[in-house]
Order: sequence, then C-alpha cells, then structure tokens
Amino acid sequence: MLEIKNLHAKVASSVEEEGTEILRGISLTVNPGEVHAIMGPNGSGKSTLSYILSGKDGYEVTEGSVTYNGEDLLDKEADERAAAGIFLAFQYPVEIPGVATMQFLKTALNSQRKARGEDELSTPDLMRLVREKSQMLKVKPEMLKRPVNVGFSGGEKKRVEILQMAVLEPTLCILDETDSGLDIDALRVVAEGVNALRSPDRAMIIITHYQRLLDYIVPDKVHVLSKGKIVNSGGKELALELEKDGYAAYEVDAA
Amino acid sequence: MADLDTIERVKEIEVDKYKYGFETDIESDLAPKGLSEDVIRFISAKKGEPEWMLEWRLDAYRRWLTMEEPSWAKVDYPKVDFDDLYYYAAPKGFDENGPNSLDEVDPELLRTYEKLGISLKEQEILAGVRRQDEPSKLDDQGLNIPKGAVAVDAVFDSVSVVTTFKKELAKAGVIFCPISEALRDHPDLVKKYLGTVVPVSDNFYATLNSAVFSDGSFVYIPPGVRCPMELSTYFRINEKNTGQFERTLIIADKGSYVSYLEGCTAPMRDENQLHAAVVELVLLEDAEIKYSTVQNWYPGNAEGKGGIYNFVTKRADCRGDNSKVSWTQVETGSAVTWKYPSCILRGDNSSGEFYSIAVSNGRQQIDSGTKMIHLGKNTSSRIISKGISAGKSSNTYRGIVSAHRKATGARNFTQCDSLLIGDKCSAHTVPYIEAKTPTAQFEHEATTSKISDEQLFYCKARGINEEEAVALIVNGFARDVIQQLPMEFMAETQRLIGISLEGSVG
Repeated sequence: MLEIKNLHAKVASSVEEEGTEILRGISLTVNPGEVHAIMGPNGSGKSTLSYILSGKDGYEVTEGSVTYNGEDLLDKEADERAAAGIFLAFQYPVEIPGVATMQFLKTALNSQRKARGEDELSTPDLMRLVREKSQMLKVKPEMLKRPVNVGFSGGEKKRVEILQMAVLEPTLCILDETDSGLDIDALRVVAEGVNALRSPDRAMIIITHYQRLLDYIVPDKVHVLSKGKIVNSGGKELALELEKDGYAAYEVDAA
Repeated sequence: MADLDTIERVKEIEVDKYKYGFETDIESDLAPKGLSEDVIRFISAKKGEPEWMLEWRLDAYRRWLTMEEPSWAKVDYPKVDFDDLYYYAAPKGFDENGPNSLDEVDPELLRTYEKLGISLKEQEILAGVRRQDEPSKLDDQGLNIPKGAVAVDAVFDSVSVVTTFKKELAKAGVIFCPISEALRDHPDLVKKYLGTVVPVSDNFYATLNSAVFSDGSFVYIPPGVRCPMELSTYFRINEKNTGQFERTLIIADKGSYVSYLEGCTAPMRDENQLHAAVVELVLLEDAEIKYSTVQNWYPGNAEGKGGIYNFVTKRADCRGDNSKVSWTQVETGSAVTWKYPSCILRGDNSSGEFYSIAVSNGRQQIDSGTKMIHLGKNTSSRIISKGISAGKSSNTYRGIVSAHRKATGARNFTQCDSLLIGDKCSAHTVPYIEAKTPTAQFEHEATTSKISDEQLFYCKARGINEEEAVALIVNGFARDVIQQLPMEFMAETQRLIGISLEGSVG
C-alpha cells in the first residue's frame, strides 16, 4: 500500500547551500490493515515525515521514493493526496475564523468526492453522516456550528480531527502526536474513535513520543526514529522497552 | 521563488475571467462628445424635463467649472479628459417616453440582461417560471407578487430600459420608476428632495453628476408602508467612451421600510470608463432603509489597462427621529474606486450601519469607507469593514466618525479588518474620529492579517484545492458582512469573492 524507499529530505531553501538533511534514508512498507507506530525523541524527523507524506510545501526530497497503491506520491499536490485517501491528523490543528466546522467538512468531503469522480453528498445526507460520527467522539452539534478550531480546547481540537478522519474515511491515516495536550479522559475518547476506524483495508501511522497512547491504540509494528533514520523496528513490546530505557541508547548509536 | 509564482499566477487573471465582459452590439444615440451647456440642454431635452431642472443642471455645471478634482484619496490614475467623453448614450429609439412595454424593447437588449441572469419579464416571474416553488397568488395586501420576487429597474448606459412590477407596487402606494419619469410624473416630490442630501456643490464628481445625470431610480415609500418586495436597479455601461452618471433618490416616509439592491457590470474595454453616480436616501421618522450593493464593474486587465473609474457619492439623511439606515456593499470590480456611503444621523435615536467587503486584485485601487455624522441625541452607528487585497492592488479604508456638541449620548463601534494575500499588495486604514461632546462613546478596532501557509495546507490536506481554500478562508473572514446581505445576494457574493481572487496565490 505505502512504500517508502531510502527517503532523504531537507528543508527547501532558495539559497544555494546545503540545507540540513532531516530524513536520512528511511525505508518503510505499510500494508492494508496494519497500524505502525513511529516513536523517537524531539528533532528525530517524525513530524517532517508526516508532512512529506501529506504534501506540505517547504521540504525537498533529495533521494528515494514514496509510492501509494503503486503511484508516485511525491508528484501529487496535498489535496490530490487527500483525495487518494491520505489523511493527516495535525499535531496543532489550524484555526479558520468564520468558517463553520460543518461547512468545512462539507467542502472537504465534496472536494474529495469530486476529485474522485463521485457525486457530491447532499447537505441532509452529510448532516446525517456527521451527526452519527460525532456521537462516538462526544462532539456536540453546537460545536459543528463554531468556526474551525477557533476557541476549541486542546481536547476538542483533537476530537474534531478524528471526527474529520471518520467522515472523510481515508485509507491511510497519519496521526501526528495526537496525544499531545490531552488529559487521560480525552485521550481515551480519541483512542476509541481511532480504534473504531481500524479496518482490514485501512492502514495507520501513529507518531508519538510516549508509550501512553499505544496502551489504547495497540500497534502491529513499532519503529524507532532517530536523527532521520529508522534505527530499530519490532512489535508492540518495543514501545514498552523505550518507555523504560528512554531514547538515549539510540541517540548514541545513530551519531 | 514563491513570489515569482505569485506574479505569474496573478498575471493570468486576464480579462477572460470577467464573465460579464461581453459587449452588446446595438445602435446608440449619442450626445455630441464633450461637455458644454449645449450638451446639458441636449440631455435635458432628451428627457423632456421641466425648465427648473435644466436651470438646476446648468447651475451645477457652472459651479463644476470652478472646481478641482480631489486628490486626497490614495489612488493614482491618469487624469480623466472630461472633453473626450460622451455624456449621453441611449439605445436607438429611446425618446423621452421610452418603450411602453417589453415588446418595444430591442431583443438584443433583453438578451443582454438574460445573459447577466436578470429577468425583466414579469409574466415569467409571476407565472412561476423562475420560481416554481412559489405559485403566484394574491397576498394579504391583495398584491400579486410571488414571495422572493424582486422588482428591477434596468439602466443601460444613460437610460432606463424597463422597470418591472411598477403596477403591482403602485397598488401599495410605492413609486418605483426611472428618475427621468419621476421628473415628469412626480415633479413636486423630486423637486422637494433632490439635492437635499448631496447638495449640488458637495464635491467635484457629485457636482458633475448634478449637471449631466441621465438616469437612475426613484423610489417613494408612503407613510407606514412596508415595501412588499425587494427593489433593485441593475446598471450596465455598454457604449465606448461614455460616462454613466446615474442618480438615485429614495424617500422613505414616516414609518416605512424598503430594502433596495444595486448591481453593476460593464464590458471589457481597453479604455477606462467613468461612473460618477449620486445616491440620496431620505428617511423620515421611524423609517428604515436597507441599501445593498454588489459592485462588479470591469476591473481592467492584469497590467491595469482599462476598467471602470467608480467615483460615487452615496449618502443617507436620517431626518426623522428613530430612523435607521443600513449600507451593505460588496466591492469586487472597478479599476479605481472612490466611494464613501455615509449616514447623517440628524434625528434623535437614529442609527446608521455600514457593512463593507472590498476585494482588490491585479492592479485595482480602492479608497472606500464611510462617514457617520452624529447630530441628534442618542444616535448610534456601527461600521464593519473587511478589506481583502491580493495581486498588486491597494486597498484603503477611510472613514470619519464625528459627534456634534449637541449629539449627546452618541455611540459608535468600528471594526476594520484587512486581509492580505501575497506580498505585493497593500492595505491601509485611515480612520478619523472627532467627538465634540464628552458623552460620546466611540470604539475602534482594527486588525491586519495574512492567509497563512498553515491555513492553506490544512485545507489542502483535507482535499480542498488551493483556489477553493482561498475562497473559503476569505468568505470566512468576511462572514460578518455577508450575513447582512439579502438572501438573493448571499450565494452570488460568496461565488463572486472566489472568482475575484482566482489566481491570487502562487
């Protein structure tokens, strides 16, 4: 499904000088139905990887390739990647003043459907869909009338991210530090929402600092990222080791 | 790198993006080129006006000769050669009486309005062709007006082509007709109010308008009447090298209410066309007027060639106590805009509102805002201005809020927000605030922001392409004002804002 081969990347710069390489040869294969956790210390390149996969401007891939369902992903604009089924749950969801969350969801879903050559969803059908999904995530209908992420608490923002994910039904979900800023109750609600979306044809990449989130969303595979490289891979037990020993060992190794 | 992209993209906002840019091929009667007393006599005679009107015009003309074009606005354009313009252009066959029915109107003209999406055929609207969900029926006032129908006065160059629903409105006592017709049929009303809100000598363009105005709408709402439908005027400039000088006069008598919409478009031409209008609103006790404009004159091409000079004086006089006026404007067109719809709050407890969205792209220049002149006691005003600049445009809010020393308890709230797209455009806010009574309470808030890369990426990561994302973010930014628009204009405005900003992000 997702095939990352020897990916090198740096921050794009107009100045003709060597930018610092942030990703230094990442290879990773994610199959349908799998949940991969990527863990690593600050500055290891976790967020950069999520941005490059979802198509954010400002990064330059210097080597390697990424394909999604056999197609070159790096050639596509961010909105085309979204239509192809890739979803990024943001670490810091962005405010869009004056645009009601419901309207935003409608525009997003119908843009994707249009790009895929499907019919647009009518407003009543959309409302029904959103209402059904929001119950599970404890998102109240009033919240959908409020402008996107404006004045939302940390927990509300993350719940609405997962709600968007549930409505847009992507095939690859990338969760960038979804646990940051959440208290234990909010974390449980969000994790339940994510777990409900696990399915044999949907893959997930969960980026996190801490083992905590992985108690609730149990991964099939865990990778340790350090200084732009995957330095260790294993099963869910690897996360527990990290929790106990920290990242120090890897940082020395990678240097 | 991104800058070059932006410039390239902005360059693409070529004339073909302006969908109203077609020309109607029609023979016109023109006044001799240039301006002189003879040309004014020609216009007055064409309209079959009373003698006093001609004298009024000539007086304005003589004053105008002594005046100078204002230069304080933050706009820069080659001087208009006032001798190189036609001051009157009318489709052939329009004499002082105009056509009696639509059958007499040149089909080419009717097609023009069809293309613009404006129905002038009452029968069609009444038969529910346009709104099948609203069968025509007599309402409680005995009027045969379908809900949601809008009466239209269609002004083409210097003449009014047709005014719809006149008869139905007359049953409610409402007068809605071209001002040239009002001069013949209701001369006393016109004489009583014309020039009382915007005096002949008010400013350079208003004085010019007073001398040469050709057509526009006249509205009178009798005491206690709530106008049974929305009224609208649709202005179209077609002829080359013409100026359009429309004059609109709306009188809301005691306790009456009217909502009035105004729309404008013009063909794409390499030369600049001049539009110098005057709009006067008179409000007596307890009256209310809601005046909405969607201005989409041709803005010129990406290099700033062509486009309309929109030099307009609009003013409302709240003469009566407890009267209320509300201006809502959506400005997306014109090469240069110079426009300050204002409220004179003379009556005690009267209130004025100004809601504005001004979008500039390419090389457009906008200098617009409002004046709230508090004269009466306990008067209140509210200003919400949303400026959006893109491309290499310049967008200025300029406004005055003043309270006379007798205007005790005057209140104003002003909010001016500017949104910048790209880094070649500019936004300016120039508020003047003057309170001569210590009891006045004025508040002013202003913000300037940019569409951030984070917002764009967030939208794109959800599958929304860049142009849709810009339109979505800008519509969100302007939401407070869009919500003030009549239903008919809301969807159109949201779409128009999107189109106006196409290609604005690299």
